[in-house]
Amino acid sequence: MRAAAARWVNRTLGGPQGRGAWWVQPAAVLLCVWPGAWLLVAAFTDQLGVNPAEALIRGLGLWALKFLCLTLLVTPLRQVLGWVAVARLRRTLGLATFGYAVLHLLAYAWLDMGLYLDLIVNDVIDRPFITVGMLSVLLMLPLAATSFNRAIRTLGPQRWQKLHRAVYAVAPLAILHFYWMRDGKNDYADVWLYGSVLAALLGWRVWAWRQRRP
Amino acid sequence: MPTRTLIRTSRQGFDHAVPSEITPQAMYLQRRDWLRQAALGLGGTALAGWAGREALAQQAPVQRPNKLAALTGKTSSVPGANTAEAVTAYEHASTYNNFYEFGTDKSDPARLAGKLKTRPWTVQVEGLVNKPGTFDIDALLKLSPMEERIYRMRCVEGWSMVIPWVGYSLAELIKRVEPQGSAKYVEFETLADRATMPGLRDSVLLWPYLEGLRMDEAMHPLTLLTFGMYGEVLPNQNGAPVRVMVPWKYGFKSGKSIVKIRFTEKQPNTSWNVAAPREYGFYSNVNPEVSHPRWSQATERRIGEDGLLARRRRTLMFNGYEEQVGQLYAGMDLRKFY
Repeated sequence: MRAAAARWVNRTLGGPQGRGAWWVQPAAVLLCVWPGAWLLVAAFTDQLGVNPAEALIRGLGLWALKFLCLTLLVTPLRQVLGWVAVARLRRTLGLATFGYAVLHLLAYAWLDMGLYLDLIVNDVIDRPFITVGMLSVLLMLPLAATSFNRAIRTLGPQRWQKLHRAVYAVAPLAILHFYWMRDGKNDYADVWLYGSVLAALLGWRVWAWRQRRP
Repeated sequence: MPTRTLIRTSRQGFDHAVPSEITPQAMYLQRRDWLRQAALGLGGTALAGWAGREALAQQAPVQRPNKLAALTGKTSSVPGANTAEAVTAYEHASTYNNFYEFGTDKSDPARLAGKLKTRPWTVQVEGLVNKPGTFDIDALLKLSPMEERIYRMRCVEGWSMVIPWVGYSLAELIKRVEPQGSAKYVEFETLADRATMPGLRDSVLLWPYLEGLRMDEAMHPLTLLTFGMYGEVLPNQNGAPVRVMVPWKYGFKSGKSIVKIRFTEKQPNTSWNVAAPREYGFYSNVNPEVSHPRWSQATERRIGEDGLLARRRRTLMFNGYEEQVGQLYAGMDLRKFY
């Protein structure tokens, strides 16, 4: 059963050698863009409720978090379930995470801060919650900038991989940002949900790494 | 013209207008005509849009949503009680609420408050008063003539609305129960009914929700014992059947669905202050210069104003009621007593 599932996934998505079904990449891109496009259209056509600016900023942030979880899920799926071909989706998912984080940041800078650079700088300095959010976007910037094949060749696979481990730091920063945002409400259900998913995904890596050591 | 400081702080006290700055009464009385003329284009096109908006805001009577029983009042004569700003849409004011007894999401109260039973309802008045007692809601409704007051409402979260409330000054009730000299504070206890309020299952806050005011704040004519809004009785999610409205303080100071009013000598514990003392002080006056530890209070988003891309407005000291209430805090360090 498990092997059959893995075979089907790998055949459809295409393994390291195979090219997979033609529609996989376009479909993945479309699925990644869909929620953001919907949010933006809804925001500009007044379908996001009473406080559309807040709904848009928060919606984009939450999708960044969801895509971060999906990105970090790729390696466990490969190694635990043998779905090796999902690796093909990792770049798309990683770029989606970055894309939503940048849109989240832009929406905040525009709708909350009126694009006043001095206000934004002050806000980043004054509010740890914003500092941490900004830091996670900055950490993702070099990863997004080196996400194409030539960058891997230029950097060399080992250095490239080392650099891209920065995503492990993004996860706790994003959760801290989310936690501080929810702090006043004393309502941490969502923080717990995403926090435990990310903790499990990072925890599994630590566990797998210790297994591999002699 | 005397020199005036550009940025006023609470320590500098009040700037009173000098005679030359006071608008002559005749001109003041003509202001609407002027605005109307400007709106017609005589004042230039750029001005016309603005003036038209203002003129419209001043003329439009409050529209009844026709959802609940009518509750009207005469226009209040209390200074500051009738802002001319555009009134927030009823759909917004009645669907975007913080009422944690029904859940922490802003849409929870409108969705879940339907079960709240607002009849029979009594408000118990106790503590340091000569005439304590239990007031039936129908007796409270008849206690003093109803007034309509259009207040700005500024939430501590950084958004604001303009809402036409119906009620009378809380002072009317306080005078009737005759507080003793030792009564320095008024505590408000709001309903905590597990059967009808699903939010009580989460220990988000200290239940029942407690709020409080200093005696002079409670006696201030702007402090409204509120029974209605938009010409109708309060919807449950807005604190039916009776709440207070203190327009110069952050919204959470104005308790909803009140069941008990207690007069005390010591400053009462308040739910938010107990939950996060560093973030929510007892006073919680609207103050653009004192930031919340996690966000600035310098600006606010007016709900429903010009859609998604509307610029945030500057938050005003005491939410724009400084002229009326500033003297209550003369000499106090408002950074310390936030």
